[in-house]
Amino acid sequence: MAARGRRGRGAAGGAMDVTVAEFIRRTVLKVPRSHIPALLQAWGFLPAARLQALDVRPLKEAIAEAVVQLCQENSASIKEAAVLDIVYNHTFQNKRVWTVYQMTKATGGETDIFDFTAFKRKFKRRIQSSLINVTINFKEFEDNAIWIRIAWGTSYTKPNQYKATYVVYHSQTPYAFISKSINRSNLPLLCQALIVASNYGDIREMELRSHCLDSLKDIVFKRYSQTFQTHHPKPLQERNVAPENVDPRLIQEDKSEKERIQRVNQEVFGDGPQPKLEFAQYKLETMFKSSPKMVNVSERESFRCLVKFSSPHLLEALKSLAPAGMADAPLSPLLTCIPHKARNYFKIKERKGVLAAGLVSP
Amino acid sequence: MSVVRPFDKLPVLNSAAILLVGTDEDLQRQLAQTILKEKKDFKISIHLATSLPLPAERDHIRPRIDLIVFMINVQSKYGFKNIEASLAHVDANFFLGKVCFLVTGVGRVNHCSVDMSAVRKLGDVYCSPLIFCELELEGIRISTAQRLLRMLQICAGHVPGVSALFFSSLMRSSNDE
Repeated sequence: MAARGRRGRGAAGGAMDVTVAEFIRRTVLKVPRSHIPALLQAWGFLPAARLQALDVRPLKEAIAEAVVQLCQENSASIKEAAVLDIVYNHTFQNKRVWTVYQMTKATGGETDIFDFTAFKRKFKRRIQSSLINVTINFKEFEDNAIWIRIAWGTSYTKPNQYKATYVVYHSQTPYAFISKSINRSNLPLLCQALIVASNYGDIREMELRSHCLDSLKDIVFKRYSQTFQTHHPKPLQERNVAPENVDPRLIQEDKSEKERIQRVNQEVFGDGPQPKLEFAQYKLETMFKSSPKMVNVSERESFRCLVKFSSPHLLEALKSLAPAGMADAPLSPLLTCIPHKARNYFKIKERKGVLAAGLVSP
Repeated sequence: MSVVRPFDKLPVLNSAAILLVGTDEDLQRQLAQTILKEKKDFKISIHLATSLPLPAERDHIRPRIDLIVFMINVQSKYGFKNIEASLAHVDANFFLGKVCFLVTGVGRVNHCSVDMSAVRKLGDVYCSPLIFCELELEGIRISTAQRLLRMLQICAGHVPGVSALFFSSLMRSSNDE
């Protein structure tokens, strides 16, 4: 597929920049065919009548060309193209890895009423005071999520539209979700702009990363079903278990043990669905404790070891370990504390003065 | 410490009880269903457990156990440790032919966490036969069930002239000659 020239403006055609056209074309090509009409509708730039007339039967290249043509007719600029990109990433948000950042108020600060316009203005001003060549766009979605898209350039290059950073911010919360950008050098500027615009004092990166943005929100906003410590033990409730047509010749000897495991699981994990995380990483900085026979291993420096658990749905997998007979119940608190502590990256240091291993450090 | 004993209860006429011990419950249940489907002319009761000791509260209603089958899944080190710990709760008299080890999961070489030499050592130390089978395959499951049923009949004393002590001949390997 021959790429169109990306330098300079197109001589013929509409008032649309060639780079914008190419960007829109490539964005549409990324979308699965069945999602294209809905996405374009959510974009809201092209007139509805023309959208309905859009034929989605031919090859995707043809559809993309048709969309670019429509954009030409409506004189789309980089702003509209950026909004299309935001809508695409909002629909397919789970393709990116999101990191959670927590902001804290400066001492003595009050909670102001959130003014979106002021936020946008302050944010843009802070970034553009350091870097002229940036494209910044905002879009607010129904769940009060503000999506910010920043395409970075340098003092002498135009912004790279294909490697933009995305920030999701809920105005009533001190949390921001940033999609991992390859270029980390712009991160301090971004963080500064965020706290300036939202009237916070400080921002720090939490040790919490995942593909599933909704699950990250569930964890930090505490929206998942948590377990609460009750003082009196609850009697075992009847669940709708299907009456087992068990052969009377088959006798389950440890029914009570199974019930105990279910009970412990319920106490630890709660009843509802778990937030979706893909990995948990434990970095060990503990000493190697060897048997007296192994004298070669140095006991003075810490034994560097990294343990990584990965799964399509880590917390559900951990929840089903004990019932499946693969681990003892209750599980190690290092595993079960993940949603409560809102982190899946841990550093385990030596506990001083105690013979037992490992203390989870913040 | 409650221990499973082979002769502490009276046998029931024309019946036998087999105890399956292992952490992989799905496989256990599948094997049990297959055993139940097989044709037999005695009453059978199959007891499933993940580890020993068995809960004491059911002691009085439990019949005499004739054969204990330990199901080792080579892919699960946790299960293997469980079985090693459970063996301590079996009376020594059981190991005169009334115990056997079923080893599954050897087919998936990449997922084996238990060393084969450790499994063989277990069989040697406890003088009990090791039967290798891939219980996920139905044909092998059926033939294993038939084999276990035959062993159970002998252990329960239903076959005149043959006792469980004869099973030591199952363990003679070509290395011993």
